Amino acid sequence: MGGIRTAGDLVAWMQLTRKMRIDEAKSYVAGKLGVDPIDLTDEEVMRPIREERGIGTITAISGSPKGIRAKQRTAALLEIPIRSVDLFHRQM
Amino acid sequence: MKSKVLTRMGDGERIRMDVSRLKDEILKGSADAAEKAEVAPLNESDAAHLLDIVTEPERIVSVLPGEEVIVTDDGCSMSFYAGQESSGIGLPLSRLQAVLAYERVCGADSTSLGHSDYSYKPVKPIVNFEMNDYYTISTMTTAPFLYGAQPNMGLYFQPDGPCPNPSVLFSAGDIPGARQAQEDAAAQLEDDLIFVGRELAGVGCEGLNFDTAGSAGDAEFAAVLRAVTALKRAVPDLPIIMGAAGDFVIGMHGEMAFNGARIAGMYPHRQAAVVESAGADIFGLAVGTDTEQTVVWNIARTVTMLKAARKATTIPIHVNVGMGVGGVPMMEETPIDSVTRVSKALVQIGKADGL
Repeated sequence: MGGIRTAGDLVAWMQLTRKMRIDEAKSYVAGKLGVDPIDLTDEEVMRPIREERGIGTITAISGSPKGIRAKQRTAALLEIPIRSVDLFHRQM
Repeated sequence: MKSKVLTRMGDGERIRMDVSRLKDEILKGSADAAEKAEVAPLNESDAAHLLDIVTEPERIVSVLPGEEVIVTDDGCSMSFYAGQESSGIGLPLSRLQAVLAYERVCGADSTSLGHSDYSYKPVKPIVNFEMNDYYTISTMTTAPFLYGAQPNMGLYFQPDGPCPNPSVLFSAGDIPGARQAQEDAAAQLEDDLIFVGRELAGVGCEGLNFDTAGSAGDAEFAAVLRAVTALKRAVPDLPIIMGAAGDFVIGMHGEMAFNGARIAGMYPHRQAAVVESAGADIFGLAVGTDTEQTVVWNIARTVTMLKAARKATTIPIHVNVGMGVGGVPMMEETPIDSVTRVSKALVQIGKADGL
């Protein structure tokens, strides 16, 4: 689906953490982002959303969230546990 | 000649076939799956849809916007730095660099870390090394970052491992001894999978991939199922993908069971059900490609088994589409015409949740 270029990582998180099938996972993510499921693989739609939400962009914007900082925002956005983020919080 | 459609054999050989012959290949491939797995063959609508896909004139075919699915990682980043033996391209990259390149250059939906041997047994003595690398890389990745390897029970048999080799015992007619050797190996494998899984869970592991479960037969498949159950009990929030080794579990032991279900001979729909009952989050369906049949025959066979598996479980199914599985030709550099036709058919007809 394009990973962090679009919304592939977000849909993958839902399959991994909630055992959601593909259509359910897409609907869930789209609902959280306020877009239609068809928008999830559209770079023109997803790029500004990712930048605005701070959930990581495919190109390297100096100082913008990536890695554990972006995943922390993803976990909050999708209301899911991400184990590396949970560990990060416990160590803070 | 122009009326013939370009397609391939399961070994990748390029061939041209009449549309009528392609129709026949679809029916035969589906019938083979239906007979062996005891599931329903493709209906007329699905067969016609598959014919449309395999006869599309473009070299690369695709799904419609909005139909895209997830691709879960199966040691893909290893291909950046591994050698030809692992279908790698030999770039001088560290694992960290390869994982990040896969995420940010290829736009991967998930990434993963794995030991170079890609088996769990050799990970055990160096698990601290893996834990440190995993911890470091997981602070830098944004997409789901898995730890993956194969259960590979064969490494537990002599001369590579401690257990007597069942092949030797079978040859000597010692069936009870061969079965006992497999049970002993399975117990050690189960312990190792749980050990490695729990250690990695301690450093914030975002998900485990038990890839190619059952490569050494039903005892291995049983060991992985037991390990999944134990890990889910110990670490309930640890996502686990359990992928199969082939379209049926080989009965090397023959009497292994899980929750009362005999594992030997399980086809994908029964594999999917038992994997879900063990607690796994995603099932990796695998159907071997028959190199002596056409790609079209193989796609029809895989899609038929996938449709049955889709009905047998509620968890997501990600279909294996590497070299020699899922209808993809058995060759190192897989032709993009075949890969995209396989992928499109699995998604549109088989309703795969991922690849």
